[in-house]
Amino acid sequence: MMPPSTSKRWLPAAGVALVLIAALYGVTLVYAAGETLLAGTMLLISALALWVYSSRRTYAYRYLFPGIAAALIFVVFPMAYTMGIGFTNYSSKNLLKFPRATQYFLDETYQAGGEPLAFTLHADGGGFRARIEEGDAGKAFISGPLALKGTEPLALKLEPAEQVKTTLGDPLPLKDVIAKQPQLKALAFVLPDGRTLRMTGLRQFGPVQRLYEKQADGSLLNQQDGSVLRPNFDSGFYETASGERMQPGFQVGVGWANYTRIFTDKAFQEPFIRIFVWTVVFSALTVLIGSALGMFLAVLFNWDALRFKGVYRVMLFLPYAVPGFISILVFKGLFNNNFGEINLILEALFGIRPAWFSDPTLAKLMLLIVNVWLGYPYMMVICMGLIKAISADLYEASAVAGAGPLTNFFRITLPLILKPLTPLLISAFAFNFNNFVLVALLTGGRPDFLDTSVPAGTTDLLVSYTYRIAFQDSGQQYGLAAAISTVIFVMVAAISLVQMRFTKIARDDRR
Amino acid sequence: MAIVLDKSHRWRVLAAHLFLIVLVLLVIFPFLMILSISLRPGNFAAGSLIPEHISLEHWKLALGLSYTAPDGRLVRPDFPVLLWLWNSVKVAGLTAVITLTLSTTAAYAFARMKFRGRQAALGGLMLMQMFPAVLALVAIYAIFDRLGNVFPAVGIDSHAALLLAYSGGIALHVWTIKGYFDTIPVEIEEAAKVDGATPWQAFRLVLLPMAVPILMVVFLLAFIGAIIEYPVASILLHEEAKLTLAVGSKLFLYDQKYLWGDFAAAAILSGLPITVVFILAQKWMISGLTAGGLKG
Repeated sequence: MMPPSTSKRWLPAAGVALVLIAALYGVTLVYAAGETLLAGTMLLISALALWVYSSRRTYAYRYLFPGIAAALIFVVFPMAYTMGIGFTNYSSKNLLKFPRATQYFLDETYQAGGEPLAFTLHADGGGFRARIEEGDAGKAFISGPLALKGTEPLALKLEPAEQVKTTLGDPLPLKDVIAKQPQLKALAFVLPDGRTLRMTGLRQFGPVQRLYEKQADGSLLNQQDGSVLRPNFDSGFYETASGERMQPGFQVGVGWANYTRIFTDKAFQEPFIRIFVWTVVFSALTVLIGSALGMFLAVLFNWDALRFKGVYRVMLFLPYAVPGFISILVFKGLFNNNFGEINLILEALFGIRPAWFSDPTLAKLMLLIVNVWLGYPYMMVICMGLIKAISADLYEASAVAGAGPLTNFFRITLPLILKPLTPLLISAFAFNFNNFVLVALLTGGRPDFLDTSVPAGTTDLLVSYTYRIAFQDSGQQYGLAAAISTVIFVMVAAISLVQMRFTKIARDDRR
Repeated sequence: MAIVLDKSHRWRVLAAHLFLIVLVLLVIFPFLMILSISLRPGNFAAGSLIPEHISLEHWKLALGLSYTAPDGRLVRPDFPVLLWLWNSVKVAGLTAVITLTLSTTAAYAFARMKFRGRQAALGGLMLMQMFPAVLALVAIYAIFDRLGNVFPAVGIDSHAALLLAYSGGIALHVWTIKGYFDTIPVEIEEAAKVDGATPWQAFRLVLLPMAVPILMVVFLLAFIGAIIEYPVASILLHEEAKLTLAVGSKLFLYDQKYLWGDFAAAAILSGLPITVVFILAQKWMISGLTAGGLKG
């Protein structure tokens, strides 16, 4: 073999250096933006990557690193982070981190003493110029040419009118000023004497000042009325002396408060328990009905006397092959109370029009029907595989003994497939326990309970309830939603433990 | 087996056929309905289940074409269905490539190398896939929201964010591929190594070409998984032009704006190719999955 040339040896090193520089640049950017945790995570990963790809002892990890890193960052980290958020008050009211919330107050302005100045807008070529007149002093100032296209904040110096070599036409009518108001509001004019003017009316620009000034002890002094805002790190708000909370709040840790709310606050506890019960009932019934139907079909297809099995099998497999989101939405339309085809048929046949989407019981029934329709083919395929593995001798022996099909099923088929099937049934249960897509697309959790103060639906599963708290109608309470997610984590972990136990039993049995 | 068939047996066969036919009708009823709805004029038309006259208006709208209504109005498509389909295919295709790359390399290490923490990592991967991403939605949203403040390219409403969020879902695929690698005799690679191949060369030039079937399966599984994914996409994408099909299709059926016929055409247009891919891949998938599942 040829010894590797120098360029070949240097190329990887240069590549590593380049990637490293890019990574460090990224980390610095993130850190500068105030996302310390994120920056730390990125730094840690970059350091790990450097170690894995440079050390000789970590050869195997080079193959593992990208995949494991992706799984850790985008699967494990979000889960840990969810648990962390569950201990904070992160919500639409407490969206910002403390420094950013502080900055928000520091950026607020008010109209300071001093008379507002008359303002007129003039056309200038394709753009505009602004003219400010200080009536008392008889002075006028003119801006440079303005495009007035964007709404980004912009500070502009104004020149005394006599120094600007241009003749302005008549002022533009008010309707043109109104049309440009958003763009004008973003402007700050700086006069030669240092005063800063902002738009305070359609015909005037006034001097404005920062409303708050930061004190040494972290409180904010209101320049206008001398009151003081103090940050309260228990409530996550800046508060006035009388305890009034100022928006926006900031994120703080609240300990177990979210959990206390879920389990002891009546407003939450009641819907939570009802939804939990429905979640369990829904998953159990789905698995029970789906697997019973699937198993029955699998037994039928194992019957030699039955013809056209291939055709039936393909047809009955279809629900599994069609993307779930499409079938669920199709059902949503077919079940529609007023112009759904299902009600059309029911009315023609029996003269009834069930309100599938507004009656809680019917809505639950509909969810079950759709979910069994979606889920039985999987059970059918699995059971067909398991039944195929049963030795034909057993059935021959039972036929000799004169056993009927029912005896065959309950004495031979069921006992033999139940053990390997159990772990799959449990994972199907776990899947349906978290069957967010079905509920989100079909009912959205509705109809809602009428007697709860927090919006909660009669068909909501725990996950869709969480989603509603976080992203829909309850004011984006991320912290609370994360706490509920954590509770679901624990439940899923418990289900998984049971499942692993049964998997082990099934595997030991096979040996 | 020569068993005397009595009369009750014939009845049982007949009953079984009857049951299966009824069931098949129930199962394919939604598909037939949706086809009929996509071909009948109007979004509310009720009455006959089989359209009396066929209209292609919904199909034109689904394909992004305008059509002229009978009263002379020009009807424009409400939603960019083809754009959504393209978004879905783009995101799913890239996700599948990323997933395949990450899980194949990891599976190679698990199948062929000895290192500390191997068993623990394998078990951890198994455990990981039991917790669905829907439980971590709040954190996923927060992470990409904050990431987007620094790097807008991977913030909310970007496909890159979706790709990153999907790239972690490799656990099951690692197990599947590892199971397949375990069935390939290690001697072939060792022979290559004796001839001077590095582990990378043995992997890239010897093992991978032999594993093409399972790679196809995993690619398709990852592709379909990303196409039908709804929860993560629904919180990361908001802008209409960025939506994937799974998120966008929902917009057809709002109570205030109920576009049943348009939805039907769009559903068939987008669902049919995915279904065909799935059925074609089905045979490989079942064999691939059991191969991955049974090996420990």
